[in-house]
Amino acid sequence: MEFIRFNNVTKQYKNGVVAIYDLNLSIEKGDFCFIIGGSGSGKSTLIKMLYREEKPTRGEIIIGGLKVNKLRNANVYKLRRKLGIVFQDYRLLPKSNVYENVAFALEAIGAKKKEIRPKVLKALELVGLKSKLRDYPDNLSGGEQQRVAIARAIVNEPKLLICDEPTGNLDPVMSMEIVDLLEEINKKEGTTVVMVTHDKVIVDKKKKHVIALKEGHLYKDYKEGEYIDEIL
Amino acid sequence: MRFFRIVGRSIRDAFKSVGRNFSLSLASISCIIVTLVIVALSIVITYNVDNFTSELKKDLTIVAFVSNEADKADVDKLKTDIQEISNVEKVTFKSKSDIKDEMMKEDEAFENVMKQWDEEENPLQNTYLIKVKDIEKISETATAINNLSAIDTVKYGEGMVDQLVTVFKTAQKVSIVAVIALVLMTMFLIVNTIKLTIFSRKREISIMRLVGASNFAIKIPFVVEGMILGFLGSLVPVGLLIYGYKSLYNYFGGRLFTDIIKLVKPEPFIYYAAGIVVVIGIIVGMIGSGRAVRKYLKV
Repeated sequence: MEFIRFNNVTKQYKNGVVAIYDLNLSIEKGDFCFIIGGSGSGKSTLIKMLYREEKPTRGEIIIGGLKVNKLRNANVYKLRRKLGIVFQDYRLLPKSNVYENVAFALEAIGAKKKEIRPKVLKALELVGLKSKLRDYPDNLSGGEQQRVAIARAIVNEPKLLICDEPTGNLDPVMSMEIVDLLEEINKKEGTTVVMVTHDKVIVDKKKKHVIALKEGHLYKDYKEGEYIDEIL
Repeated sequence: MRFFRIVGRSIRDAFKSVGRNFSLSLASISCIIVTLVIVALSIVITYNVDNFTSELKKDLTIVAFVSNEADKADVDKLKTDIQEISNVEKVTFKSKSDIKDEMMKEDEAFENVMKQWDEEENPLQNTYLIKVKDIEKISETATAINNLSAIDTVKYGEGMVDQLVTVFKTAQKVSIVAVIALVLMTMFLIVNTIKLTIFSRKREISIMRLVGASNFAIKIPFVVEGMILGFLGSLVPVGLLIYGYKSLYNYFGGRLFTDIIKLVKPEPFIYYAAGIVVVIGIIVGMIGSGRAVRKYLKV
């Protein structure tokens, strides 16, 4: 079943730079999809349009039946509640501990107090950090911080997990652990995962659906297992 | 329910934030204190002036002395003439013999002299006592009455009343201008305090956006913070108002300089005034923070 659809999407920034040209693509529900490409290929723009940080100049983006490009600013939160987003720089609150960081996502949307605790504990268990509830981000390794960020992203049980180079700051071993974790979430929870990366080793090894971008155009859409390492 | 949970959390966050940016919060609170002290003062002045002028209105009477040459028909016609003047509320006739009797009762010396006067010899004049609707127009009304042919002179304590009304009206105007200027300055300070809070919580705000907090949930902690600043700033002026006005009232014995100017009784007046001061404090805080949120929080 189709979950994400881009129809003739073009994005031109105010300074005149065109980041995406007439892009058409489709991602299935429950899919694990890598978006790859060199610098300036438009992968960051693509992902920003997914969580409606940027709006396409032309074309249509549909996520789970919701026309994202038609969404008014005041209603963007309705989309975001269905998404989890993970960044390269973790974006944790330094003065809050692991538990509070994850709980913050639920508090911010006005979740009930008695709902928060079990959900946070479940998410932290899934990412393997249940023993570090009271630790502060500064006392954690990069990989652990990214796990906290992932726990925060999945705590609200999103349909779609968007990851913008989540392994960019991590060594190869930790990177692989994080991708393994995302894969586990994808399988266990049925969450659709879209991950931007330029880590070829990971993409090579995982044999997933790969969307390759080049200079704002769709270079190739490899189905699962089709990807072969090409120089983009 | 979600609404109340968000508001509850906002109040908690807002209190934390007031403490976190304590020096700037203190600057805003001090400014609110100064503003609200002046607001309180102007409420006291305005209310007292209103009270004083309405008391005056009840008491103030124009006395029109009728010329002794006027015959009975002239005197009767005068009543209708006076009643036709627009600002006149009530006209009462007091004959010169009534006045003579009153004066004789008041003083023994008068009695001795006056009892020898008969109707013809009585040098006093028939009078009309006139109440006006609007005391600010009393001098125009007095002139109009004075222009009637059978009237000799008109008295209403002109100099003093005019001056008092002018002095109080000026005090009222000055305090209103001062209040507006101070309110604007206070809002400016609150905008800056909230701006700092917004910057210090930038990361939190960006995460809130990402996880799908509504604009309302993002904005409300800052607006609440402004309201808390306004409320805290109103406490000192309220204290000053309640204790200050009570002691002022007791010190002057409920009157200012003369018996004409009676002060408004402290209770329940000061409690209403205190309520107004608190509400103004909170509203100024709310508007100030609302402006900051609109300007610096792009939601």
